[in-house]
Amino acid sequence: MPTAPIIAIDKVSRIYGNANATTVALKDVSLTIEKGELISLVGPSGCGKSTLLRLIADLDTPSQGKITVNGHAPEQARKQREYGFVFQAPTLYDWRTVERNARLPLEVMGRPAGEWQARLDKMLAMVGLRDFHQHYPWQLSGGMQQRASIARALSFDPAILLMDEPFGALDEFTRERMNMELLDIWETTHKTILFVTHSIAEAVFLSSRIVVMTPRPGRIAATVNVDLPYPRNFDTREDPRFFELVTQVRETLKEEFVGHV
Amino acid sequence: MAESVTSAGELDTTGHSPRRWLWLLLGYLVAFGLIAVVWEGSKALFAIPDYKLPHLAQIAEAFFRPTPKGPTWLILIQDALYTAFEAFVGFTIGSVSGFLIAALFQRYVHVRRGFMPYVIASQTVPIIAVAPMIVVGTGSLGAPPWLSKSIIAAYLTFFPVVINVLRGLESVDRDALLLMRSYAATDNQIFRLLRLPASVPYLFTALKIAATASIIGAIIGELPVGSTRGIGVQIVVGSQYNTFNPGFLWATIIVAALLGMIAYGMVALAERRIVRWKRPES
Repeated sequence: MPTAPIIAIDKVSRIYGNANATTVALKDVSLTIEKGELISLVGPSGCGKSTLLRLIADLDTPSQGKITVNGHAPEQARKQREYGFVFQAPTLYDWRTVERNARLPLEVMGRPAGEWQARLDKMLAMVGLRDFHQHYPWQLSGGMQQRASIARALSFDPAILLMDEPFGALDEFTRERMNMELLDIWETTHKTILFVTHSIAEAVFLSSRIVVMTPRPGRIAATVNVDLPYPRNFDTREDPRFFELVTQVRETLKEEFVGHV
Repeated sequence: MAESVTSAGELDTTGHSPRRWLWLLLGYLVAFGLIAVVWEGSKALFAIPDYKLPHLAQIAEAFFRPTPKGPTWLILIQDALYTAFEAFVGFTIGSVSGFLIAALFQRYVHVRRGFMPYVIASQTVPIIAVAPMIVVGTGSLGAPPWLSKSIIAAYLTFFPVVINVLRGLESVDRDALLLMRSYAATDNQIFRLLRLPASVPYLFTALKIAATASIIGAIIGELPVGSTRGIGVQIVVGSQYNTFNPGFLWATIIVAALLGMIAYGMVALAERRIVRWKRPES
């Protein structure tokens, strides 16, 4: 018998604007995500992928439909600190060192520093920042800043990781290395990860399942199961199946575009 | 870790090698030399009389002229210290109240909308007209004479603090706020952990303006008849006897200017000590 999905999205729409001018950012989106999945939301700008992520995080509210996160309404899930959120920009606080940035959620949540310090150290080591605890954000490269922000999202051990184009601002080499590191993190921590990206290759490389979204109005065009075996490595990107899947996702987006132009 | 790291050491341009100091000193000397040339040059070229523009030597001489109470420079320093005390009290009152007003305005938009026009109006009133009223008013209540000067100093100080700190408290970026929301942080936590530290650089910008403004405020408070101590009193004396002793007025002006610069420098120094997370400016 399957367990209850960790995230359930049921006919959700998000409409911005007033009576005169409205934008339908999301229309009738339904999706269920099982515990431990690594799911990518992929699609061009304006397809509502970031909006969907923010609705799950209760950083925005749906106009219609219902979202359940770990059995709760998004607001309650947020208050119970069920997820860690990683933004496209690292969003580190300039005045805090790497370690104190990663500790920020623990301070807010009033978790005893002594008990959580070991986990904090482990998370910083896991993202390769063991020797950079006392550095300020400006002293780090973009990739390292984003690693710090991932350590921060994991520091309080949430069940879900929500990532909004976290590697979008990085160069391709750094991005590919970060992809490998994210897979390592996923395999070590068994978190459920929801990953927004506009890179098809990144989505195929990372995900167990890809949700392809298209704009005007934002909706799900298809979901693609990625049957590439884990653990994945640099060879995965040269696997013929990798290219087939990339092509499959690309074709889905193309059909949708051709159908709408 | 193959990624390159910008180390703090490499970019550290704030070091004080003796060589740097030497160049700095040389710069000051050259600047002073230029000013002296323009000063004495225009005096000679346009035949400006001494009571309008004295010789630099006359100003220097005025500093060392003996008085019944000691050499002039010592008297001026004593008066300057008294003014500095008044200004410091005013600066403290003004900065603290300015900060509290800014925090209040940030938290309650309606309070801001209601009171901001009055805060702005307070600074459009010519302080020179209000100052005598404050001096006479507090004097008749039996307050110590320095208090009225401190109040005027505070009056000029609080405004830049309100404006800048308010900007600082609002300077946080949208995602930084959403991050706090994702942690289900309370308003107080958002203030303490995000807005307050974000406002610190803005606060120091304000305090640098406020430091010099507080000196100006204290001096303005000393100008009305009846004041007995402070560099402002010496400025009044200097302008009254300018024809007889043209160097003295300029001596008082120089001391007042130095006072403002020291006040500014102290805040700048505190800023360097406290705001340590910023990329050093090259």
